[in-house]
Amino acid sequence: MVNFNRFKLDNGLMVLVHEDPTTPMAVINILYNVGARDENPSKTGFAHLFEHLMFGGSVNIPSYDEPLQRVGGENNAFTSNDITNYYITLPAENLETAFWLESDRMLSLAFSEKSLDVQRNVVSEEFKQRYLNQPYGEVMLKLRPLAYKKHPYMWSTIGKELSHIEEATIEDVKDFFKKHYSPSNAIMVVGGAVTTSEVKILAEKWFGNIHPGEKYVRNLPIEPIQIEERREVFYADVPLDAIYIAFHVPAKTDQGYYEVDLITDMLSRGNSSRLYNNLVKERKLFTDINASLTSSADPGLLIIDGKPVLGVTIEEAELAIWEVLNHFSSEQVAETELNKVKNKIESTMVFAEMSLLDKAMNLAFFEVLGDANDFNKETERYLKISVNDIIQRAKATLTKENSSTLLYLANK
Amino acid sequence: MINRTIAPAFKEINQINLIQATPRLLDNKIKLFVVNAGEQELVRIEFIFNNVNWDVNHPLQAFVTNSLLIEGSRTMSSYQISERIDSYGAFIQAEYGFDQSTVTLYTLSKHLDEVLPIVKEILTEAIFPQEELETFVRNQKQKLLISLEKNDIVTKRIFNHALFGDSIYGYIVNADDYDKVDRNELVEYYRAAYQPDNCIIIASGKVDELIAQKINSFFGNNWENTVPATKNSFSFPETKGSLYYTEKPEALQSAIRIGQLSIPRNHVDFPALQFLNTVLGGYFGSRLMANIREEKGYTYGIGSGLVSLQNVGYFLIASEVGADVCTLTLKEIEKEVNLLRTELIPGEEIELVKNYMLGSFMGSLENAFSHADKFKNIYLAGLDYDYYTRYIQTIKHISAPQLLELANKYLDYNSFIIVITGKK
Repeated sequence: MVNFNRFKLDNGLMVLVHEDPTTPMAVINILYNVGARDENPSKTGFAHLFEHLMFGGSVNIPSYDEPLQRVGGENNAFTSNDITNYYITLPAENLETAFWLESDRMLSLAFSEKSLDVQRNVVSEEFKQRYLNQPYGEVMLKLRPLAYKKHPYMWSTIGKELSHIEEATIEDVKDFFKKHYSPSNAIMVVGGAVTTSEVKILAEKWFGNIHPGEKYVRNLPIEPIQIEERREVFYADVPLDAIYIAFHVPAKTDQGYYEVDLITDMLSRGNSSRLYNNLVKERKLFTDINASLTSSADPGLLIIDGKPVLGVTIEEAELAIWEVLNHFSSEQVAETELNKVKNKIESTMVFAEMSLLDKAMNLAFFEVLGDANDFNKETERYLKISVNDIIQRAKATLTKENSSTLLYLANK
Repeated sequence: MINRTIAPAFKEINQINLIQATPRLLDNKIKLFVVNAGEQELVRIEFIFNNVNWDVNHPLQAFVTNSLLIEGSRTMSSYQISERIDSYGAFIQAEYGFDQSTVTLYTLSKHLDEVLPIVKEILTEAIFPQEELETFVRNQKQKLLISLEKNDIVTKRIFNHALFGDSIYGYIVNADDYDKVDRNELVEYYRAAYQPDNCIIIASGKVDELIAQKINSFFGNNWENTVPATKNSFSFPETKGSLYYTEKPEALQSAIRIGQLSIPRNHVDFPALQFLNTVLGGYFGSRLMANIREEKGYTYGIGSGLVSLQNVGYFLIASEVGADVCTLTLKEIEKEVNLLRTELIPGEEIELVKNYMLGSFMGSLENAFSHADKFKNIYLAGLDYDYYTRYIQTIKHISAPQLLELANKYLDYNSFIIVITGKK
């Protein structure tokens, strides 16, 4: 159970406080309700590039990192398809420094051309390091547009292509800031050795007089229900063939998401899971196989990825995956198997309470989805799932019509 | 109106509280260290074994033995071990390091009575089934094929070999090494390494007296020593500067790894050298990051590190940079290293790094597990808690002339091993 207090400033900034007196540290997590899904299709990768620019100095403070390090703080940020999240960890005694820095960059950036030039290069190198210069690095760049035909989840946070980043201008940066980086589009979580009354005073002092800006109203195209199987073959300089199969699944706020999450665990969490035990251990057709979820705010994907053993044909390997999936949809699921994955979830939740930063990030993410307290209700949502729910959900999800298959094959 | 151009006042960190591990002895003389802290009803129990009897003809012995511990025991198949552990929501990890091999259990305390017997059987009655070995070898060989397509991994292999030769730290593993692994050598290694004399246990979380007694009742009894084993020990000649270049004509980026042998944690200069390392490449605002990423945009990230192994340490700088700017990057690295040897670090920068390191140290003490990790760092290096007192004092009082002297003593670009994979 993660307790918190919540208040809203007049300019719309939502503030959550999680008091945790067991640590001498404090965290500040600021979530801006903007992600890659909010980008212009011809300017993709921008939300992430913008995240880099948030460290390039703000209107009154030339350097963001240096004053924070000077008081013993550390920070980082990430951009997803849904949100952009910034976080600081520092000794709680120096909490005010974090308020000063974060409020100034919410007020306005320096919009330096030099910073834009450099970060365009840095992000291009990131694009190469993570996606282009890695074996199988281009998977999501291929799989997303196969699975999504309308919704902007069709591109990755890094963007569709390098040229979108290279062409970004300072005007784009200013427009994006104005549209998305205002108090009414942000959620701040303060946690650790802090009190709610102290946070209220600091929040008013540093954030209170920032102009509310306009509330961004998200209006994204809805992904039509997929009705036929999609396939693509991609040849690359990789040493081994690989298979990726993506299925559309419900959004994180939907109870169906939690059912799919347990199905994913039954498929591939641990050595006794279905895909691993059947295909790696017993039939020895794969060297590794996984199932994972994109956990997104809008309907996401369950992705199965596997590498067949050398000598096993890609057809045989793919067929074997489907045998495991079909078995799931057609047979009784044992209560013990369901309990196994529920117990794993339960203990994972308890272990997760040990990290202050994780708690703060989760509160912010659940708040943007609707209500931070839903974070505390997650275990309950998992525990109420029945065998029948699992079977129905598997039947509805793990079908050919709902699948997008990418064969990532080695150049001969 | 507040004046936003002025930073709020801040305090220096004075007090850092470490939760110390309490030692006790199990009935069979295994040392158990307990870090009792936290609110959650959970524990982490680590069983740590020194790597022993290094034999270059069996380079994968320790690694494969550790990996296969959970793949079958006297009464349980691999599937059953995994199923039982999973059904209690617990986690078992076998982890192989250069100096130690570890088995770690994470569990809610309420399931200890059920999961401890499973761990006991893994540690005392693992059987290394031939079929599991074959599956493991097949999978590892394919993973290796993929790893060899990653420039940073290729670079690391060459770098480690250049520093450490055919020791456990430097040996370059190839596919045929996996083919040569024989079940008998695993059984033999298991007997030598996984015995009480070679084991310590660290328990952290909400570990009360009752739990400590439980650990004793399972692991302090019915677990006997077998054969004497020799803990690995290596010494290495100083390296001379040299370049190892592997050309990849298609590369978009080049992986760079450069460095030299250095001192381990138990050397008196280690904390001060860590300070110097932080200035150069140990944090986001470091000189290498400021110059090569934030000023020039050559890379997504560059960093340096000081790694402590048993009796030896090494210093390294690593990055992946645009293939067209690889040579320029090396020039800049050389310039930054030489600057540390020729010019005093400004007082303001020393202040900043000092505060950053103290804050970072305090922040790294997040929970019972992190306190246990701090203990592990010192205990395995043969140190006690005085080390951290000295570490904090060193950081607080270090001076520019001292750092200049250290740079001249420990960082010499001309002695660096330079490994590049990609284009230059």
